[in-house]
Amino acid sequence: MPDFDIFLPSLLNGLATGAVYALIAVGLTLVYGVLHIINFAHGASLMLALYAVYFLKECWGIDPYMALPIAIPGMFALGYALQRAIINRASHGKDENSLLATLGIAIVMENLALLFFQSDTRSIDTAYSLRTVAIGPAMIAVPKLLACAGALAVSGLLYWIMGRTDLGRAIRAVAKEKEGAKLMGIDVDHVYAMSFGIGLACLGAAACFLLPAYYVNPQVGGGFVLVAFTIVVLGGMGSFAGALAGGLLVGVAESLGGLCLGESLGQIGIFAIFIGVVLLRPQGLFGAKA
Amino acid sequence: MQSRRRFVSQSAAVASAVAFPLVAGAQPKTVKVGVLHPVTGALAYSGQQCRLGALMAIGDINAAAGIESLGGAKLQALLGDAQSQPQAGAAEVEKMNEAGVSAIVGAYASAICLATTQAAAKYGLPHVVDVGVADQIVERGLKNSFRFGCGYKKSTGVAMANLMLLNKAAGSPAKTVMIIHEESLFGVGTAQLLARELPGYGFDVKEVAKHANPTRDFNNIVLRMKSVNPDIVIPANYYNEYALLVRTMQQQKVVPQAIFSVLGGAASSYKFVKEFPDAANGIIDCNHWFNPKDQRAQQLRERVQAKGQFFSYEVFMTYTAMWLLADAIGRAKSMERAAIIDALDKSNFSNHIMPYGPTKFVNGQNEGAQPLMTQVVKNDIKVIIPREYREVDPIFPLKA
Repeated sequence: MPDFDIFLPSLLNGLATGAVYALIAVGLTLVYGVLHIINFAHGASLMLALYAVYFLKECWGIDPYMALPIAIPGMFALGYALQRAIINRASHGKDENSLLATLGIAIVMENLALLFFQSDTRSIDTAYSLRTVAIGPAMIAVPKLLACAGALAVSGLLYWIMGRTDLGRAIRAVAKEKEGAKLMGIDVDHVYAMSFGIGLACLGAAACFLLPAYYVNPQVGGGFVLVAFTIVVLGGMGSFAGALAGGLLVGVAESLGGLCLGESLGQIGIFAIFIGVVLLRPQGLFGAKA
Repeated sequence: MQSRRRFVSQSAAVASAVAFPLVAGAQPKTVKVGVLHPVTGALAYSGQQCRLGALMAIGDINAAAGIESLGGAKLQALLGDAQSQPQAGAAEVEKMNEAGVSAIVGAYASAICLATTQAAAKYGLPHVVDVGVADQIVERGLKNSFRFGCGYKKSTGVAMANLMLLNKAAGSPAKTVMIIHEESLFGVGTAQLLARELPGYGFDVKEVAKHANPTRDFNNIVLRMKSVNPDIVIPANYYNEYALLVRTMQQQKVVPQAIFSVLGGAASSYKFVKEFPDAANGIIDCNHWFNPKDQRAQQLRERVQAKGQFFSYEVFMTYTAMWLLADAIGRAKSMERAAIIDALDKSNFSNHIMPYGPTKFVNGQNEGAQPLMTQVVKNDIKVIIPREYREVDPIFPLKA
């Protein structure tokens, strides 16, 4: 059994990782909750966002955190355009078409990345990359701590937008009753595109928080999106609060699972919780009963 | 006038028609060679580096008159993508066999090589393994498989013997070891060997930590490392995880007496040294390495760098493996697979850039292969052992 000096840092580290997972999953669950489609291009979009942040740093020296005002609107615009130009047109109301469209977009994105950026793994070095902060016996890396704080802040902002703004109300209305929202004069296609854009904007933020502590290559999205899908189902499909709680839970489960069972079996912790929740509460932690 | 003109033109037509087959017949033949690597998926970087080495070798061989004993036959690459998965690699072998290749060079990772050599064996198709270090690749009695470089048994043996020598020379300051390895054939095999043999060399193996590919976070492993406080850390993993591990060690302020890698994915990588100079400084590795005293190796390094690429071990290993195959085809004087296998079996290839003697295959393993010990010194990778290839004296331990 690991001692407390290891357990506490592992727990804190898991929470920090989980916050970033949550931010990635929030975008996915928003798209599912509003458009009722599973965005298979979520991981590939994260990869593109990571490349964007990487090149902003390498080419213009823009620090990843300073890149937030560029990455978030940039990814939002990409998401908005993808939804209006491809997914909306391809779907014609059929779920399988939109699934195929997002899958196709993912394949195209990954192969374009391979073509233009090559398979080379890239990472950045910053002045704070190796700095740590002592929290009790735990030494938490500064990029990780900032990622955690940033992910929680962005999630909070999104929560406020969804709850307090006209856009948020329109998104919730469309998510709940599309036809009714249409009758109330809401432009559903615009709301769909806005939701998809916001989903990808979350990835823009996540990329800024991830890159100082991680790397990017054309395949990097795959590992994150698998975790994000798990979180979305765990938290309750379409549930915003569920994605946040699920993300933190998964981060902690992965970290403590790795500590207790060995790093190669760390994900057993995630899936043990996942199976338990699915068995006892099939609608997920925060999902509404059908 | 009219008839003379017609005569001349008709004569020219007849002459060219007669001459064409002669000209066509004079064209050198081509020998199809499968170049099979994981150029997409998790191992894509290494696979693409291997492909670069193979294509550069083919270019050089063809530019140097091709296969002379076959009338200057040129090598023609048939490219395959193993997609970082053994089954995809095996499927590519089937395609290459259908396409009539005379031999295959590849397929980088041990697990993929196990599958591709097996698939190639069904068709008696010669397969030169460029990197795959698992010894099982050449221990299954396959007659078609030949590995030019050394496997992990040899590399681990050399590494342990040299670690003991370095430690002894420093007054035996290091007593405990922690091994961190990736979970596939290469990492598991290397770690098992190390854990079994190191106690015999006087080291206490405190912990063996396995991790998945990819691993996003090494904090737990480094926390364990902090708790165990080993004198020496031995990583056996691929580039991405190696880099993350060493960075996390830096963040957590874990500074062992030495980071001593066996076939370390990043430790002998110019890319790693360039990107993480502080983290890389002082790391010792036992790995595939070129002969630093061979001018041709330095020229190849410059050519690779001129392409904007790093001169990684994948490049020079596959480059040399292709030359080995070309040498065998030349001696076989045939494009027939059986003849090439026979020529490989009897190969005594010595005109290469590796620090090996003439090739001598025993059950498909080149007994003449040997790894070198390198250390990162002043943002460069230098050979420290053996003495005949030494560029700088070793620094051990890094931390007193």
